[in-house]
Amino acid sequence: MMASNYNASKEEDGHQPGAMGHGGAGTVKNKKPDNTAFKQQRLPAWQPILTAGTVLPAFFVIGLIFIPIGIGLFVTSNNIKELEIDYTGVDMSSPCYNCSQSYSWNSTKPCTCSVPFSLDQPFESNVFMYYGLSNFYQNHRRYVKSRDDSQLNGDKTSLKSPSKECEPYRTSDNKPIAPCGAIANSLFNDTLELYYIDPNGSRTAIPLVKKGIAWWTDKHVKFRNPGGNNDNLTVVFQGTSKPVNWRKPVYELDPLDPDNNGFINEDFIVWMRTAALPTFRKLYRIIHKKPNNMTPTLPRGEYILEVTYNYPVRSFEGRKRIILSTISWMGGKNPFLGIAYITVGSVCFFLGIILLIIHHKYGNRNNSAEIHS
Amino acid sequence: MAEKWLWMLMPWRGCWSSRGKRDGQEEERHVRANDRDYNDKFPYADNHIKTSKYNVFTFLPINLFEQFQRVANTYFLVLLILQLIPEISSLSWVTTTVPLVLVLVITAVKDATDDYFRYKSDQQVNNRQSQVLRGNLQNEKWMNVCVGDIVKLENNQFVAADTLLLSSSEPYGLCYIETAELDGETNLKVRQALTVTSDLGADIAKLADFNGEVICEPPNNKLDRFTGTLYWRDNKYPLDNEKMLLRGCVLRNTDWCFGMVIFAGLQTKLMQNCGRTKFKRTSIDKLMNTLVLWIFGFLVCMGVILAIGNTIWEQKVGRSFSVYLLWDEPIRNNNVVFSGFLTFWSYIIILNTMVPISLYLSVEVIRLGHSYFINWDRKMYYIQRDTPAEARTTTLNEELGQVEFIFSDKTGTLTQNIMVFNKCSINGKSYGDVYDEFGHKVEITERTACVDFSFNPLSDRKFRFHDSSLVEAVKIEEPSVQEFFRLLALCHTVMPEEKNEGDLVYQAQSPDEGALVTAARNFGFVFRSRTPETVTLYEMGTAVNYQLLAILDFNNVRKRMSVIVRNPAGHIKLYCKGADTIIFDRLDPSNQDLMNTTSEHLYEFAGEGLRTLALAYKDLDENVLEEWMKRLLYASTVIENREEGLADLYEEIETGLMLLGATAVEDKLQEGVPETIACLTLANIKIWVLTGDKLETAMNIGYSCNMLRDDMSEVFIISGHTSSEVLQQLRSAKEHILGLSRVSSTADVEKTDEFSDDSVFEETIIAEYALIINGHSLAHALEPDLEQVLLETACLCKTVICCRVTPMQKAQVVELVKTNKMAVTLAIGDGANDVSMIKTAHIGVGISGQEGMQAVLASDYSFAQFRYLQRLLLVHGRWSYFRMCNFLFYFFYKNFAFTVVHFWFGFFCGFSAQTVYDQWFITLFNIVYTSLPVLAMGLFDQDVNEANSHRFPSLYRPGQLNLLFNKRQFFLCTLQGMGTSFLLFFIPYGAFCLAVSDDGSHISDQQAFAVTIATSLVIVVSIQIGLDTYYWTAVNHVFVWGSLAVYFAILFAMHSDGLFSIFPSHFPFIGTGRNCLTQKSVWLVIMLTTVACVMPGLAVRFLKTDLYPTLTDKVRCLQQASRKLRPQEQNLRRVRRTSSRRSAYAFSHQQGYGELITSGKNMKVTASTAGPSPPLSPSSPGRVHNSRSLIESTLKRKGETPVACVSAEAYGTSGTSEGNTRTQQTLMD
Repeated sequence: MMASNYNASKEEDGHQPGAMGHGGAGTVKNKKPDNTAFKQQRLPAWQPILTAGTVLPAFFVIGLIFIPIGIGLFVTSNNIKELEIDYTGVDMSSPCYNCSQSYSWNSTKPCTCSVPFSLDQPFESNVFMYYGLSNFYQNHRRYVKSRDDSQLNGDKTSLKSPSKECEPYRTSDNKPIAPCGAIANSLFNDTLELYYIDPNGSRTAIPLVKKGIAWWTDKHVKFRNPGGNNDNLTVVFQGTSKPVNWRKPVYELDPLDPDNNGFINEDFIVWMRTAALPTFRKLYRIIHKKPNNMTPTLPRGEYILEVTYNYPVRSFEGRKRIILSTISWMGGKNPFLGIAYITVGSVCFFLGIILLIIHHKYGNRNNSAEIHS
Repeated sequence: MAEKWLWMLMPWRGCWSSRGKRDGQEEERHVRANDRDYNDKFPYADNHIKTSKYNVFTFLPINLFEQFQRVANTYFLVLLILQLIPEISSLSWVTTTVPLVLVLVITAVKDATDDYFRYKSDQQVNNRQSQVLRGNLQNEKWMNVCVGDIVKLENNQFVAADTLLLSSSEPYGLCYIETAELDGETNLKVRQALTVTSDLGADIAKLADFNGEVICEPPNNKLDRFTGTLYWRDNKYPLDNEKMLLRGCVLRNTDWCFGMVIFAGLQTKLMQNCGRTKFKRTSIDKLMNTLVLWIFGFLVCMGVILAIGNTIWEQKVGRSFSVYLLWDEPIRNNNVVFSGFLTFWSYIIILNTMVPISLYLSVEVIRLGHSYFINWDRKMYYIQRDTPAEARTTTLNEELGQVEFIFSDKTGTLTQNIMVFNKCSINGKSYGDVYDEFGHKVEITERTACVDFSFNPLSDRKFRFHDSSLVEAVKIEEPSVQEFFRLLALCHTVMPEEKNEGDLVYQAQSPDEGALVTAARNFGFVFRSRTPETVTLYEMGTAVNYQLLAILDFNNVRKRMSVIVRNPAGHIKLYCKGADTIIFDRLDPSNQDLMNTTSEHLYEFAGEGLRTLALAYKDLDENVLEEWMKRLLYASTVIENREEGLADLYEEIETGLMLLGATAVEDKLQEGVPETIACLTLANIKIWVLTGDKLETAMNIGYSCNMLRDDMSEVFIISGHTSSEVLQQLRSAKEHILGLSRVSSTADVEKTDEFSDDSVFEETIIAEYALIINGHSLAHALEPDLEQVLLETACLCKTVICCRVTPMQKAQVVELVKTNKMAVTLAIGDGANDVSMIKTAHIGVGISGQEGMQAVLASDYSFAQFRYLQRLLLVHGRWSYFRMCNFLFYFFYKNFAFTVVHFWFGFFCGFSAQTVYDQWFITLFNIVYTSLPVLAMGLFDQDVNEANSHRFPSLYRPGQLNLLFNKRQFFLCTLQGMGTSFLLFFIPYGAFCLAVSDDGSHISDQQAFAVTIATSLVIVVSIQIGLDTYYWTAVNHVFVWGSLAVYFAILFAMHSDGLFSIFPSHFPFIGTGRNCLTQKSVWLVIMLTTVACVMPGLAVRFLKTDLYPTLTDKVRCLQQASRKLRPQEQNLRRVRRTSSRRSAYAFSHQQGYGELITSGKNMKVTASTAGPSPPLSPSSPGRVHNSRSLIESTLKRKGETPVACVSAEAYGTSGTSEGNTRTQQTLMD
């Protein structure tokens, strides 16, 4: 063993000059390309082929998954209670007809109207109150860009000189508008109140919670009052002008709650999140479930919706609605999704069957057998 | 334009440009030697060449100008300008600028590096040294050599410019040049100076005083013609091409020579022949440009629709909605049409992503990648010369998958240009085959044992022969065998050169001859030295002196050559070798039996594609000869009809010959040529051979590489000398073909219009035809009125061979096919004579190695062996094409799916050009979210592996038919894209009308909508690319999954609080990702959209492969099946040569070389160094010749072959008249 080791090492020594010479020759650059899988395009690869064995099951599986999901969604959506009241006042019979007709921008006296309605079924759990607008183009390009996010984020320079994007709602009376822009200017400002009419005839105001309706990120990050939230907003907004359409300046949106006033007023924030489509609904108030679980949030019975009618939409054939809705795990009432799932699922399933039939009748099950090259 | 700029920057141009004389109108050139001032009066180009396009200052403007010539780049520039107008800016300018700048910078960097390398190579050439006579000899750079300068050239130097040879170191002002760079011929050519100038010798003073004026033709590209006159000392001397040394030639076997520069730089014949460098575009490029225009048209249509929509909307709704949204200033005056107009431009901006700028960038990147794969391919690496394949152009790869015509050079491309003595038949016995112990023929390979020639100290060690029985026959001194080799050693015009004792090098007129003499040498009959009157052989070791009485030279009509020698014993013999048919006619009748056997052997040899020669001898009677010699002497002094007289005399004595046998020389094809050609033919690629060689040689090669076969119905040879003759021959060939096929396909007989429907016939012709056309006929056939007939006829033939063609004709043929057949052409060649063809063809391929670098430098692809072409086309080309098509298909799909959503959204946002997506998403979608997966697909995808690509050449067919990506495919992909965009928009639309989130807050806001659609889009296109990818490597996985991950990462980053707090106005989407993507309903929408978008396409694709599988689909199935078993041994069946053609003979050149030998012109008056060569002729006492020269060149010529070739004539013109007179003198002596 020892001897062989010794020999080996000696042999190595003996070969060293030769090896070096060889190495020297090797360093003469050889242009032979490297033999790597990458360079020789031999990277190991998965080469899937669309065969009946893979495609057809996919169709069936998708069908079998989608149909139950669709049914689930549909049922869930149907279980959601939703009530929609159009209070635009287009018809003569409508309680708000007068208000909608006699609207003028300059009137100081608010027009109010009461819309009675009744609930056939009690609304359990939390009830969400939305206002809905139709034919209102919050997604118009000029509308969408007409805002200044820096200003809304509490930037003081932007407060004093808003972005050009806000034109023509940038300044009024040579004072910068805060908040500037068409979106802010068109803030939805109807006031809606809900009363329950007891069977005995007395009206009970239903407590409407106005906080917690905006996204947390909007409320806490995107929107900020200039100079922090605790300052006196009146001072902060000194030198700015209120948007033209507004009746009161931004720092009086909710004078009682400094946490909901100015730019961080939640109604304002919700409005500022522009809708994708010309018909939309926005969350207005939340009616929380009563602490005792016994009575429903909105029991069956008669109700009155008191509307302070400030927001004209008739000129452009818009509609205003109020929606009361409960929600489920998937959100509000949305029959489309369920139906769409059922449709797509069944189409896939039937397509699978048709493909299977075609494949069996005409298909080329053994492709490789007949290659003429 | 660039040129002018640059010229103004060069000081030495100033002298003539100020005179305002334009070049191009030069009618006659006046050059006076050593008179700079005189020559400067003319606008002659100097010797500076420039192929690079830019310099440091001009780079930016020129490059930008060029880049903006691309439709797409200009388009994006216009868009960018539009975006700067606030009224219509629907997207921030960043979205276009970032990709545009990226594209411009990357392209500019690439152009700059390319140009830098061109500049470097120009520099290298321009800075070559040459010696110029300026009072005394000075070293000058090439670029400083001027017209009229006298330059000194030394052995093995490149000629710097087109120069007139003045004097040389060799006697009679001879010098030898190699013209490989010019015409691809490796044999040496002789140039001879005028006697008056050659007397100047190397006398510097005399040369400096030389003030001759040359008046000659203006610069042109004719390599074989020069006409001019030298005026010197009140005398006129005519000048022709024989006195010119052209740029690119190499001086050989001549110690030095002096020349006067006539043409320099770009006006040299070499540069004039280079043709203009054209920017090559692939058909996909052109298609892409068309499609971009279509898309643009489509875009305008959509813009118009939306603009009209906007006008109506503003009129109906917008006017009343102005309560909440005042009209902008410009449209406030109730001008809704103007609003529509603005909207139109806004939509053009938004929808611009249909023509994504990253398309061009990605295409470039993919092509670059494919080029690298070609460079890296070990299977195209030639180990002997350490040459890997090289893609010199990176923009043509996919066109390699669409080639329909290949134009190939012969010498050096199909053949190795090496002749090997392979077989012979001596006295009815065939030698050369090897048999095993059972008597079976053994295939000769590299490993077959070679015959040991060690008994012969003078043998050439590179010579290989496998049949030992021939050596045995020599050793036992079989007389016929001895006579056979004696003939080979005597009957030739080879010049020997012996530097050291026993170190013999032959300079042969043709490689064939060299091979034969070398064979004789190895078998013990060593041709050692010659004088004009003697030939010294070493026969089996002993020196034998033969007196050379006459050389009956070879020419094209005689097709044979003979020598008459007197051996030491005093017997006079005539040895003759020549084409078998010619020799057989002149045999003595007693040879009948032997002739039959030999004939059989010849058939056999020819069948193997060997070039054969028959050998015969004749014993001559002293008296007969004497009488004949007298008549010869007389005939050769006659002025009129001398040629005919001589030929008759030769004819007279070459009768009654005794047959010795036959030789078979192999014009060694490059490895794998027949197989490659067969395979490419199977792939439906037509191969045309364009060669400068003569007809017979070309045909021979045609047979040996299986392009011509005996079972072909007809081989048409067009060799007319007038255009009417050519037309007639072409017509009759065509009628013959069509006539036959008419008969066979009766269905088409009714066709009244005779030739208009040839394309129909092309497919129906069953029989195979070949067309061979000669150079002079081709010149006529390429005339405008004949070229259509030529093309039609040629396309009916399976094989087309054009011989004796000039470089320009090669280009013309290529051009003809290129313009008329709408097919992709590929030209492959190795020599400078192929450059024009390489540049003309869609794709030029250079064979690197043997003959200089000109072809390679002009080529788009280069590699060392013809057989790599198969891999280049069938594997790389096919893959490139497939990948590019797949890439384009997907790319257009993706962008339509992405962009058209805006169109649908237009109907719901008052046609206001509001974007659906976040601006950042629009910016990043093409360059970040979806670029890498599609790049990975474009780079790595393989539908069929390389083995199967070779195995099923028909897989190449779709590329030629342009099936994978054409206008129809484009419509399909846009349709699919639009379908996807429809679903992408309307499914979320349906779902979002009423959607609220699970905490009751509204979710149907624009940002959530944007995120939902964007996410669906990214997922859908990712799945789609998953379905489109056939070959999922790890890279694909990383890129696909990575892109999705990056999408979400960037989405959350962009929607994060941090970024918003830094740039509140740039990242308004804060929190949307978080709020939106945590909603179950959003994910349900995404899932639904994805499935709805993907499933229909999947079903269609499945049905297609299931019901109408293409060959690709079948092969893929096979491939998968076989992979499951085990990797199969797949090799193409070797192509058998079945030809039994005969009468191929092994002379390469028209006129023999005999004159030069007998005149002794090329032999130096030096002391003999080896071999006894006593002076025999009293009239030439000083001529103790030993051709010491000519060795260096051969030794330097890469050592491939022991024989080099010297030719007395060049470019087909015959030897000089002075030579003739000298012959006569010798004979008279």
